Amino acid sequence: MHLVRAHVLVCGGTNCTSSGSQQVREAFKRELEKNKLEQEVKLVETDCHEFCETGPLVIVYPEGTFYVRVTPEDVPEIVSEHLINGRVVKRLLYKAPVDETRIPTYKQLDFYKKQCRVALRNCGSIDPEKIQEYIARGGYESLEKAIFEMTPEQVIEEVKRSGLRGRGGGGFPTGLKWEFCRRSPGDLKYLICNADEGDPGAFMDRSVLEGDPHSLIEGMAIAAYAIGCREGYIYCRAEYPLAIKRLKIAIAQAEELGLLGENILGTDFTFNLHIKEGAGAFVCGEETALMASIEGKRGMPRVRPPFPAQRGLFNKPSNINNVETYANVPVIIARGADWFAAMGTEKSKGTKVFALTGKVNNTGLVEVPMGITLREIIFEIGGGIVGGKKYKGVQIGGPSGGCIPAELMDTPVDYESLIQAGAMMGSGGLVVMDETTCMVDLARFFLNFTQAESCGKCTPCREGTKRMLEILTRICNGEGVPEDIETLERLGRVIKSTALCGLGNTAPNPVLSTLRYFRHEYEAHIFDKRCPAHVCTALLVFSIDEEKCIGCGRCLRACPVGAISGAKKEPHKIDPEKCIKCGTCFEKCNQGAVLRL
Amino acid sequence: MPVETGCGTMKLKSREELIKYREEAKKQMLERSMEKTSIFVGMGTCGIAAGAREVMAAILEEVNKRNLQVNVIQTGCIGMCEQEPLVDVQRPGEDRITYRKVRPSDVPRIIVGHVMHGKIVEDLAIARFEEI
Ligand SMILES: Cc1cc2nc3c(=O)[nH]c(=O)nc-3n(C[C@H](O)[C@H](O)[C@H](O)COP(=O)(O)O)c2cc1C
Ligand code: SF4
Ligand code: SF4
Ligand code: SF4
Ligand code: FES
Ligand code: FES
Repeated sequence: MHLVRAHVLVCGGTNCTSSGSQQVREAFKRELEKNKLEQEVKLVETDCHEFCETGPLVIVYPEGTFYVRVTPEDVPEIVSEHLINGRVVKRLLYKAPVDETRIPTYKQLDFYKKQCRVALRNCGSIDPEKIQEYIARGGYESLEKAIFEMTPEQVIEEVKRSGLRGRGGGGFPTGLKWEFCRRSPGDLKYLICNADEGDPGAFMDRSVLEGDPHSLIEGMAIAAYAIGCREGYIYCRAEYPLAIKRLKIAIAQAEELGLLGENILGTDFTFNLHIKEGAGAFVCGEETALMASIEGKRGMPRVRPPFPAQRGLFNKPSNINNVETYANVPVIIARGADWFAAMGTEKSKGTKVFALTGKVNNTGLVEVPMGITLREIIFEIGGGIVGGKKYKGVQIGGPSGGCIPAELMDTPVDYESLIQAGAMMGSGGLVVMDETTCMVDLARFFLNFTQAESCGKCTPCREGTKRMLEILTRICNGEGVPEDIETLERLGRVIKSTALCGLGNTAPNPVLSTLRYFRHEYEAHIFDKRCPAHVCTALLVFSIDEEKCIGCGRCLRACPVGAISGAKKEPHKIDPEKCIKCGTCFEKCNQGAVLRL
Repeated sequence: MPVETGCGTMKLKSREELIKYREEAKKQMLERSMEKTSIFVGMGTCGIAAGAREVMAAILEEVNKRNLQVNVIQTGCIGMCEQEPLVDVQRPGEDRITYRKVRPSDVPRIIVGHVMHGKIVEDLAIARFEEI
């Protein structure tokens, strides 16, 4: 491929340049010309390699030899010894760190050791904009198998036997849902994919849409065949432009190959797939609101029954599933229900994708077998808590989910265990918290989100969440009263049982679960007017310990509002009237003299 | 708006035609990986947010400048979003190596060192790719 025999890379980064790499480069140019090597050996200027303290840096390929602290005077030697005679100039060699870093395989990385990629099987491996790559990896083989070798009933039976449950939150058995819709009378039925992904911080579905859109399309086509749908919609939020772009390309490719559209693969099976962009309201992820939105109406939930399988989109029987649910289907058909059901627990089969965020060392997207414990996810895959801080708990299931405390970190991640612990699987948000998280503040954050997203149709959710939020805000501001805890619990219970849709039914979860496990934090706020995690500013008091203060003045200079006074070498003082509780003095003092209560 | 599909085939009208298409796609992929080095760039939303577009541009520039016959392939999220931009290099018959936190300034070293001379850039390599 290259007529060029060798390459000499000279670092042209700022640091190396200031230590003379420009001259080194010129010296190379002269020497190579002198020895008539300029055709065979190419000079390349590069940017900083972060070896600056040893610059100027020169790397010679093909050997990949690192020379450090190279001066123009060294250059003739490198050229004659290394490039002409093939002998390394030892005295300029970079002393590599003792043991050569061996490069592990993915499976050897902590992050991937316990992962098991089913829904994400192609993400990061293939070009999502090329259907050939998907097909070359066995794509559309399952659709082919379903259409040519299985009856719709057999497909449904296979999905039922696999134990697949909805990955969008509720965990309803997918095969059963398909069966209801298939049995529903009517010729025209709709198939819908919920790609709304409204949970703040979640991006599992986006990754599938962007990284492997054909697995969703194939899963939907199989479902359409099984249920008997001719028309399908993917409802995706407009804030996902890349996902929408890749979906459009993928649908167009599948249509062109005859894998979507009329008479798929020459059979009488027809399935047309459309994309519907949503405006991104959280409540539009609720299935009935979503269907209203596709119909062009305001995205508001309605009473169920009738269920979508009976009367859904445009009043026709409809089936709705989440992106990840559909993405699992081709694998189930290809490898069989037994293979799938061998992963997971008795009632929760297969894998689940999570967006692992918060105070863990390794954040990112993980797909794990059901039944794995929170401990394994956080401490093995996640690599533990950032900065060695204390692990406090995990918020799982997004704004509708709950907090599970450190004591329960051996809870297996499956639908039932999480509900029992007061949280839920949700769509896959997993936020890890350390000791610096205030649980009251956290509950307020999520309630603030759901409250703002409430569609306002029913009173318990519209008014109730507002009352709860007011109380939480008061508590965080240090104005909580003893009755607040009981009121929160009562309101939470009422809203959960009387709200019309899932948004209201679950909105109190973050509050109720933190009250269950972290009640002492609420009590500290209300009775002691203290925030144990030092987060709620209104409750913080900064002062200076006269005994410890050496009067260095660091805090005084750093305070942004001039709240600190004191003479040199005398104990300093904070004026509580002026202090805005920014915490700067607390961080600046190296005597531990600033007290934070 | 019409979308560029680039499938290069007319409608597949039977099971046999799909099977043939798949065999052909497999053969092409195999040939591609046997003949040429492939460079994969993670181009999901978080990769792009971390600067994958700039890295992609630097790769294309370097490839064109040196007139290299390689496949430059975009791909989706592998999960290590925190380590983005991620770039993989696979030379024919060799391990596929993942590089992390790649900056445009690292590209010449990856191209000249690994792609052209087969020397893994160890300080940027995070893992050897394999199916999980
Ligand atoms: C307020 C609210 C928001 C929801 N948001 C989503 C969402 O973003 N994505 C999703 O798949 N399901 C969401 N759901 C669940 C859907 O209503 C529905 O149960 C799901 O799409 C069914 O698919 P599945 O059985 O495959 O999980 C939401 C539910 C509620 C109540
Ligand atoms: S529970 Fe909330 S979001 Fe759902 S219908 Fe009632 S007001 Fe609207
Ligand atoms: S930084 Fe600490 S020791 Fe120095 S003056 Fe302020 S309180 Fe005193
Ligand atoms: S907390 Fe901030 S505002 Fe208050 S005294 Fe310290 S530096 Fe000044
Ligand atoms: S400037 Fe050359 S290694 Fe940093
Ligand atoms: S988008 Fe690249 S690893 Fe997540």
